Amino acid sequence: MSAPPKSPTRRAILRLSRDRGAMTALAVLALMTLACLVGPLLTGHAPARTYPDLRQLPPGLAAQPDADRLRPTLDRLAFRIRATVAEAERTGDTLRLVLASDATIDPRGLVYLPRSDLFGAPRVVASEDDGRRLTVAVPVRRLHFLLGTDVHGRDLLSRSLVAGRVSLLIGLTATLVALGVGILYGAVSGFAGGAVDAAMMRVVDILYALPFVFFVIVLVVFFRASLALILVAIGAVEWLDMARIVRAQTLALRRRDFVRAAEALGLSSAAILRRHIVPNTLGPVTVAATLLVPRVILLESFLSFLGLGVQEPATSWGVLIAEGARSLESAPHMLAGPAAFLVATLVALNVLGDGLAAALDPRAEA
Amino acid sequence: MTGYVLRRLLQAIPTLFVVIALSFFLMRLAPGGPFDLERPLAPAAMDNLRRVYGLDQPLAVQFGRYLAALVRGDLGPSFSFRDMSVADLFARGLPVSMILGGLALAVSLALGVGLGAWAAYRRGGWVDRLVGAAASLGLSVPGFVVAPLLQIAFGLSLRWLPVSGWEGGAPSHLILPVITLALPQAGGIARLTRASMAEALRAQHVRTMRSLGLPPWRIARHALRGALLPVVAILGPLSASLLTGSVVVETIFGLPGIGRYFVEGALNRDYTLVMGTVVLVAVLVVVLNLVADLVSAWLDPRLRLHA
Repeated sequence: MSAPPKSPTRRAILRLSRDRGAMTALAVLALMTLACLVGPLLTGHAPARTYPDLRQLPPGLAAQPDADRLRPTLDRLAFRIRATVAEAERTGDTLRLVLASDATIDPRGLVYLPRSDLFGAPRVVASEDDGRRLTVAVPVRRLHFLLGTDVHGRDLLSRSLVAGRVSLLIGLTATLVALGVGILYGAVSGFAGGAVDAAMMRVVDILYALPFVFFVIVLVVFFRASLALILVAIGAVEWLDMARIVRAQTLALRRRDFVRAAEALGLSSAAILRRHIVPNTLGPVTVAATLLVPRVILLESFLSFLGLGVQEPATSWGVLIAEGARSLESAPHMLAGPAAFLVATLVALNVLGDGLAAALDPRAEA
Repeated sequence: MTGYVLRRLLQAIPTLFVVIALSFFLMRLAPGGPFDLERPLAPAAMDNLRRVYGLDQPLAVQFGRYLAALVRGDLGPSFSFRDMSVADLFARGLPVSMILGGLALAVSLALGVGLGAWAAYRRGGWVDRLVGAAASLGLSVPGFVVAPLLQIAFGLSLRWLPVSGWEGGAPSHLILPVITLALPQAGGIARLTRASMAEALRAQHVRTMRSLGLPPWRIARHALRGALLPVVAILGPLSASLLTGSVVVETIFGLPGIGRYFVEGALNRDYTLVMGTVVLVAVLVVVLNLVADLVSAWLDPRLRLHA
């Protein structure tokens, strides 16, 4: 067991790779990102495509339309063709449909069938009773909606995945904004020390006391909500913690010998910050950033839930959850699907953050 | 002590000023106004309205007037609720939000501290792992997901509890909103308590008590006193997030609290109502931070009260 001493980063990575929970979380996050990026191409439905005849379908593996949904649609279409459905028998992908009426059925009326999303082009097989009884062969489409459909008949899986792109993007970008501002502010404050530090931290203290979420709401309500504004608003709110962490680290670091040596060698303050201070604060900052992403995603979905965040036609998990909550009684699956995506992502991020914190803890054993 | 409290309150004044100035000018810079209706008003009527509410004055004058009124405790008339002042609206909404927030705070503290301390006491055991998992889940499941789930389960399926409404604060109407509000906070508190309690149980005075053979509950009591400090320290931010959470909870459960007034006020460009809510929340956060510091000092005499 006497391997050569490894760098702290290597040891942290090693510890993290032994943490089963954190590794599972990492895998979940990788899968989620991959699914959101390429998934919408594989579901077979464009996220905005509506199927008016297949609204609020429950989730399931079976091909749609199934027998229960076929008949009402057929009856409705037959009414428009001015006939009634005498027989309907499905064999595989084709439906043998017998239409009956008191008058001659105009075969041109059959164009209503392919218009309904569920059927292909019909073919008249036989015409009896002077055209009052029409036998038609229609191909039935086979559509799969793993998570069901929403109130407009849109595929929820595609919608959830596309929404995930927006939620994850906001989570990452707003965190990066907060990270950039926080690191810069904290490092400068801690490195400058003295009166500058005191003044800069006083500003942070004042900002801490602000009811920030209320501010974000005021911002997005009064200036039409846009993706950029939400990003800026959330990023501007969440940098405070980061600034405090970085400042505390910097204060400790600047008394260390290697920083004093760099100073003595005539390195400029900016160079010391860049080369020696900031890289050494990255451990705790990584942990804080990992835990910040779920908070940002939560904040965005909170805004979207209130109808103040991402606006149609763009969508995010918060938007979908809000839609689901509105049609809770008729279609609870509309809440369950997107909520599961959101919760899985948040749990994974929190678990990963905890794992990172444990792995980077300098007091931990190898 | 009194001097300290006074000093802290004085220090809060610049904070409050920043809050008020920021929200005032932000709102006014935004396009749109409180009297923009679907069918525009006649210009003369619009001018009259603007004059009555003082909106025809320069912004700086309006700001000065608002501050002057605020110092006298006057929050102004509401723009969207005609014939009501902001103070009237708060008189109605604040008790609702306070009851909700107070109960949620109590529930989350009891649950969080209890479970967190228990987990720390059985460190590494199944209780610890279970509490850890539950806390992570509680933190990650947002209120707007929990609330509909509770509504389905206890309202629509079991029909035990009402789905929404206030009804003068009847207990049955309070249960679901309070649970929704308390769960995420309880998760956070449990994690915090577990970490600090684990630390406290390793402290020397606790080891001494163990070696003296004191019963577990007495050891736990002593350790908890120190372990509660971080929990008390987050009381301020905690109540702030309870207020934030109440926006969602009040919307979902249809409760007439100030969180809902705030969202509606913002959507209706009700300047005074939004300002009033922001000021109220800021004052609450300042006061609660102060209370948290006072309690910390009481728990740990080493934390001397200096500004």
